[in-house]
Amino acid sequence: MIDSVNIARESPDTEQPWADLGLKQDEYESIKEILGRRPTSSELAMYSVMWSEHCSYKSSKVHLRQFGDKAPKTDALLVGIGENAGVVDIGDGWAVTFKVESHNHPSYVEPYQGAATGIGGIVRDIISMGARPLAVMDPLRFGAADAPDTRRVLPGVVAGIGGYGNCLGLPNIGGELVFDESYAGNPLVNALCVGSMKHEDIHLASAKGVDNLVVLYGARTGGDGIGGVSVLASETFDANGPAKRPSVQVGDPFMEKLLIEATLEVLHAGLVEGIQDLGGAGISCATSELASNGEGGMQVYLDRVLLRDASLSPEEILMSESQERMCAVVTPEKIDAFMQLCKKWEVEAVVIGEVTDTGRLVIDWYGDTIVDVPPRSVAHDGPVYERPFHRPSWQDALQADTPTGERLPRPSTPDALKHTLLDLISSPNLASKSWVTSQYDRYVLGNTILAQPEDAGMIRVDEESGLGVAISTDCNSRFAKLDPYAGAQLALVESYRNISVAGAKPLAVTNCLNFGSPEDPEVMWQFAQATTGLADACLELGIPVTGGNVSFYNQTGENAISPTPVVGVLGVINNVEHRTPMAWAGDGDLIYILGDTADEFAGSEWAHLQGHLGGLPPKVDLPAEKLLSEIMVAASHEGMITAAHDVSDGGVGVAVTEMALRANIGARFWIPENIDPFVFLFSESTARAIAVIPGTEELRFSEMCAARGMRATRFGVVDSGLGVNSGHPGEQVIVCDSQFTLTIDQLREVNEATLPALFGGEKCSAQVSESYWDQ
Amino acid sequence: MSARIGVVTFPGSLDDVDAARAIRIAGGTAVALWHGDTDLHGVDAVVLPGGFSYGDYLRCGAIAKFAPVMSLVIDKAQVGLPVLGICNGFQILCESRLLPGALTRNDHQHFICRDQRLRIESTDTPWTMDFALGQEIVIPLKNGEGGYVASEVVLDELFAENRVIATYQGENPNGSYRNVAGISNKAGNVVGLMPHPEHAVELLTGPTIDGVPFFTSVLKSLIGAP
Amino acid sequence: MARVVVNVALKPEILDPQGRAVQGALSRLGLSGVMDVRQGKQFIIDIDGELEGDRADLLEKLAGELLSNPVIEDFTLTVEN
Repeated sequence: MIDSVNIARESPDTEQPWADLGLKQDEYESIKEILGRRPTSSELAMYSVMWSEHCSYKSSKVHLRQFGDKAPKTDALLVGIGENAGVVDIGDGWAVTFKVESHNHPSYVEPYQGAATGIGGIVRDIISMGARPLAVMDPLRFGAADAPDTRRVLPGVVAGIGGYGNCLGLPNIGGELVFDESYAGNPLVNALCVGSMKHEDIHLASAKGVDNLVVLYGARTGGDGIGGVSVLASETFDANGPAKRPSVQVGDPFMEKLLIEATLEVLHAGLVEGIQDLGGAGISCATSELASNGEGGMQVYLDRVLLRDASLSPEEILMSESQERMCAVVTPEKIDAFMQLCKKWEVEAVVIGEVTDTGRLVIDWYGDTIVDVPPRSVAHDGPVYERPFHRPSWQDALQADTPTGERLPRPSTPDALKHTLLDLISSPNLASKSWVTSQYDRYVLGNTILAQPEDAGMIRVDEESGLGVAISTDCNSRFAKLDPYAGAQLALVESYRNISVAGAKPLAVTNCLNFGSPEDPEVMWQFAQATTGLADACLELGIPVTGGNVSFYNQTGENAISPTPVVGVLGVINNVEHRTPMAWAGDGDLIYILGDTADEFAGSEWAHLQGHLGGLPPKVDLPAEKLLSEIMVAASHEGMITAAHDVSDGGVGVAVTEMALRANIGARFWIPENIDPFVFLFSESTARAIAVIPGTEELRFSEMCAARGMRATRFGVVDSGLGVNSGHPGEQVIVCDSQFTLTIDQLREVNEATLPALFGGEKCSAQVSESYWDQ
Repeated sequence: MSARIGVVTFPGSLDDVDAARAIRIAGGTAVALWHGDTDLHGVDAVVLPGGFSYGDYLRCGAIAKFAPVMSLVIDKAQVGLPVLGICNGFQILCESRLLPGALTRNDHQHFICRDQRLRIESTDTPWTMDFALGQEIVIPLKNGEGGYVASEVVLDELFAENRVIATYQGENPNGSYRNVAGISNKAGNVVGLMPHPEHAVELLTGPTIDGVPFFTSVLKSLIGAP
Repeated sequence: MARVVVNVALKPEILDPQGRAVQGALSRLGLSGVMDVRQGKQFIIDIDGELEGDRADLLEKLAGELLSNPVIEDFTLTVEN
């Protein structure tokens, strides 16, 4: 028996499972008020999923408004917050769009498919703007590296990202891999995609033009992830109940590849008036958003939807999260051409309805009207909560626990410093990530200029002119736990710095805000602080937030994850030939540190290795970051610089080591005067970078720094011939004067052994295979 | 006019734009061929690019061999048309029986993307004549099913007939028998190669430009051809 | 209606890393005496009407040319008419 609108009118007192669908009593009452009757079961399904935290941003909206309210004046933003993804002007008629999204809970349930469909979803967001996807990146966070749960989840997540992204033909150019106890039982799997288009190709999700046709195309609709969006993403996941596992969405990257090609071809042929991808909330979301953004009305015949499983009910069809589907609005004159192109790419398509001016979204099922709602009420006018928040009771004590030399013994002898460096570069967070990244294709499409382990990923957009973009994502959640306002800013400035160090000018910001439960006032305080910090810093740096994603309920039981506002910065470089790599190349080139080093170890990798978290995070200095950025971009553009590297996790010692490893060329360096060797080598003060300058450019470079008030201190020289005099003939060596000498082979061995030892053994292979079954 | 080299796009082909770029950089004209084409548009040689044709869902390359364009490629290859299959293209050539053996899942089971050292073992093919015999090159390797397998008899024959065109140097990346990275047919005109020369044609984007000679080779061979 | 089941597995002499990994997992999970595991594929093909004559021959041929790769795989085919 289908619950139609007529039946709903006649049976106002029917009990409805609104609570099971995650709706609150007042939300249910407000649906009844909007409709003037009880909702049909299909309407209830739609409202419940669209009003879920995940789709409606009901708890975060009041805080996210700051990104718009405090947006800096800029001409670069072509499409702002609110669309599938923001669009940024990068010059020469080119625009880029980028966005990062979370797929945390699905990836914990089924690591391979969860991570794979995360890539699929973010890629569809990008193509629905009219852009060709250029590359993907993955910020990943797991519990302790040696925890059984991490060993279960990580290999599957990595295989899923690789399996889907590689098959889709998108280079994976970077990301993050962080291990922290706080993510035990709640890993963070975020996915970023960047795409490019000419200005005239920008498309928006709106159903314009009465009588235009609404086409659903791509994969067939099945029972994937029904309710997943509200159940999986909005309620805390209980690991103890396998029976409660909701059906997981399964990705088909081959279909997605065809969908990309078909979509770009219909867009470029001018056959599309409006377009929307189907992600969370499936047809409910696509139809209501298209209608709400357009003429305001839509008539849909749900029985026309092509099904993979004929037994699905209309409610299930509305909520299905089957992957690899898109929805387009096409004029009647162009529909044949549209269908022809779909056929060329072997993509199934069906007209499911048309645009109306009734102001209502009406959905019929074999002649019965099962949905008749104002689309705005579903898509945009959902509930908004001003959740209570307060500073956690433990915050002051945490901040007071500074890792001073008395509180946390520091290495002081040369030998102890050497071992500290070896411990750091072999720790899971700083060890080589190539066990992960070698499972991703970074070459496909032939435009990858920089990929991990470089500071930023860089992609050439225009092969003729060399115009390119750089992207980086960052977040140190320990900093954010110590001070969420500063922590969010520190995530931003690290990402901003990474872009600049690679030679690109920062232009725009996206974010993926991963937090615990918004119903916990302490978590909500962290969220409010982090969003305010981020918005304030974006305003000061002059780069707008173009969009983002919020993921709440990241917690295991009562324990929320450390606040993790992942920030992605996008920058532009006029000619990728000017990019600055991290590997130094020339013997005799001079190694400089830009910026000031202070005694700042709270939340650092060194403190983390000692099991300590306390104190105040490194000081944020936005004017210094801005100056550093301008200097790094100018130095790259003027050809003054041959290599550069951001100084952050693990400090100068780790940064120099990473540069030497990347180059496979040694160097000699020394501790500058008036600074403690341990502080110089391992402090994580911000607004610093290492710059490598050829002797011929030294004067010009140091004069530029002096003129602009940037401290530039020479502290080393690239030297491939240090082996002979240090007892390692024939080997590349790094020498820290009067402290220690290490060969690059020694460093590489400990740096590269960690992840294979944790995940690469026989045991791991079997686990990959189990989730990799039919790939 | 420069030689015309066709690049076949199957649904799921990924490195077709890269192959076309490599042909242009080498000085040739790249001609896009579609899997459904029933005409080779007069091309002088064909590249079957990397990717996941038809999703590689049955077996890598297994469905692509039945594409209309492939029956033309197979017919012409048997009478001398130079054909280079890269990665998925190599898999298609083996599935089509233009080349012996097969490619199986990497022995370590992971997809692997890395810069791979190879030694050129034969310069007697139109795709390798621009190399020096024994030359070592570094080009990207990226595959999930790149382990070359064939019977001992076939392997002996390939080596004896100088039909192994490149071998892996250093650690074997995928379990290929006898470190085989690429082979040719008896006539030499059909070559399959697991690593990706088309990703090593520009210093900005590749680890080297060691991939270029594969494409200049075929252009030279075509100029010399009657 | 006829149901045809085609089982495809790697030939015994071809390395099967997936099978080997599963073998390792079975042993680790406490199943003793696992001597070998080979992982394969199964195709379940439903066909209208009886399968005989030319159609049966064609299917047998395609099992060898499409569903399996005789270079590395063996197949078995059973028909339930």
